[in-house]
Amino acid sequence: MIKNISNLGDASLYCNFGDEINQRINTNVIKYFKNIQKKKIKGINNLTPSYNKLIISFDLSLINFEDLKKKIEDINISDEDEIKNQKIIKIPICCDDEFALDIDRLSLKLNLSKEDIFKKYLDIEYFCYMTGFVAGMPFLGDIDNKLRLERLKTPRVNVPKGSIGITEQFANIYTFESPGGWNIIGNTPLKIFDQKNEIKPTLINPGDKVLFYQISKKEYLKFNDKK
Amino acid sequence: MTKNKIIVLREGINSTFQDLGRNNFYHIGLPFSGAMDKRNYLIANKLVGNQYNEAVIEFAYQGPLLKIEEGNINFAISGDVKFNIKKDDKLFNGQCYKTYFLSKNDEIDIISTNKSVYGYFAVSGGFELNKNFGSFSTTVRANVGSNNGNKLSKNEKFLIKDIINKNISKNIQYINSKVEYIRILKGTNFDYFSDNSINDLTSKKFIVSKLSDRMGMRLQGSKIKNMKETNIRSEGLVKGVIQVPADGDPIIMLSDHGTIGGYPKIAVVISADYDRLIQTPPGNTIKFKLIELKEAENLYKLYQMETENILNQI
Repeated sequence: MIKNISNLGDASLYCNFGDEINQRINTNVIKYFKNIQKKKIKGINNLTPSYNKLIISFDLSLINFEDLKKKIEDINISDEDEIKNQKIIKIPICCDDEFALDIDRLSLKLNLSKEDIFKKYLDIEYFCYMTGFVAGMPFLGDIDNKLRLERLKTPRVNVPKGSIGITEQFANIYTFESPGGWNIIGNTPLKIFDQKNEIKPTLINPGDKVLFYQISKKEYLKFNDKK
Repeated sequence: MTKNKIIVLREGINSTFQDLGRNNFYHIGLPFSGAMDKRNYLIANKLVGNQYNEAVIEFAYQGPLLKIEEGNINFAISGDVKFNIKKDDKLFNGQCYKTYFLSKNDEIDIISTNKSVYGYFAVSGGFELNKNFGSFSTTVRANVGSNNGNKLSKNEKFLIKDIINKNISKNIQYINSKVEYIRILKGTNFDYFSDNSINDLTSKKFIVSKLSDRMGMRLQGSKIKNMKETNIRSEGLVKGVIQVPADGDPIIMLSDHGTIGGYPKIAVVISADYDRLIQTPPGNTIKFKLIELKEAENLYKLYQMETENILNQI
C-alpha cells in the first residue's frame, strides 16, 4: 500500500501512499501509523501521519535509512483491515458573529445565507485525517462542496484559541492562539488539547469521526462552569 | 535541611529548560524540542557530573542573571559565552567549560553569547523539575514541558537537587568548531526548483535573518524559484528541512518546528551539521553543499566519535 519510500534527510523515511487525498488513502496511512507504533521498532523516535504520507523519523545512531526501509517494507497490512476503536466525538460550536470572524465574507463569496452555511457545515460527519502543526490541531474533512473556499490572502496575526476554520475541503480547530489563514466560522469552548493530561492529551486523533452541534452564546459562556 | 535554591534576577532573551528532547509525539503536534546544540548540552552536564538527560538552562544571545538564594551549587557553562561571577562580593570573568562552586548570595551574570546563539547552564545534581510528556524540554508554543511550558521569568526561583560531590573541579579546552559549509541532502521536492536556483542554493551565500528562533531559521539571498507548485499537500516535517514558500526565501525547520507544513522541501540539513547550523547568528552568512546520503551517515558517525572523545576528556 505504500507506493514509494524515500529519505527525508539522513534520519527519516518518507512514505508516499498516493497522490490523491481521500479517506481510503488516509485510512491506509493511519493503519500503518498505528501498526508501526505498536511494533516499537528500535530506533524510531517519531511518526507523522498526514493526508497521504507517513514520515518515520529515527535515531541515526541506532539504525539507518536502508535497514529501517527494509523493516517497513516487510510490514503486511491488508486493504480490508479496519481501523479499530474509531470514535465519534461531538464538538459544541458557537457561531455568533463575534466568533464567526469570516462569515459575512463567506456569505458573499459563496452566495449563501449565513444559516445555509452553518446548516451545511453542521450536517456532515467529519473524518480526522491528521493532527498537528500545533499541538492537538485536528484536520477534518470533507466539508460540503458548496462551502469550499481558499484561505485568506493575508493570514491573521492572531486567530483566537478554539476558532473553527474552513479552507478547501477541510476544517480545523485552533488549539492555541496562533497566526493562521483559515476562514473562521465559529468557536468551541471545548478543550481540544490538554497538556496536563499526558495519557490522552488530544481529544481528536487521526481516524476519529467528528460531529459539530451549535450552541448559544449563553451556553458557550457557561460551558466550562458545568464541568 | 537547607535547600539549594537560585533566583532569576534577569530572565534573558529566551531562557528555557531543555534536555535531549521529546520522542514520539509528532503525531499529536508536539515537536521534538530539546537542546538546540546537543554537543554543548552533553558537555555541560558531564562537566558537573550529571546524567546525560538532566535538564539545563538553555539561553540565547543574552542569558539570565542568577543568584544563589540558599545553599550551594556547582555549575558549568558551555558554548561560546561571556559571563561574570560574583563570589564573596568579588567580581570576575567566568570561563566556559569549567566548573565553579558558589554559595549563598553569589551571582552568575550571563552577559552574552559571542558569535554564536545558544549557551547552556548546568548545575550538579540537576534542577528539581517535573517532566511533561517524558521530557524536561520546554516547548513554549504548546505550553509543554518544565516550568509549565514557559520561559524563565524574573523573580522565579528554582530548587536544585542535593549535591553529592561538594566541589567538583573540572575543565576542558574546547573550541566550538566552525564548518565552511552546511551540508545538505536533496529534499523530497528538489525537482520543483529551477536549475539556476539549485545552483544558487549550492554556490551563493545566504544571510541568516533576524526572524529566526527555536522554531525556524529564515534565510535571505538569491530568491529560490519554484517551477512547479508553491504549495504542496500538508505533510510531516522534521528538524533541518529547508522549505521554500512562494516568496522564494528558504526557511530551515529547527527543534520547535510545527509538525506539519505545506511548503515544498528543497533540501534537508544533515544531522552532523545541525549543532553548527543553529549557532549561526542573524546577520551572518551560510553556504550550503549538496552531498549524498551515505556521506551524511558517515559524517554523523564522525560527529558522534568526536563528541564521545570530548566527553571522555572530562
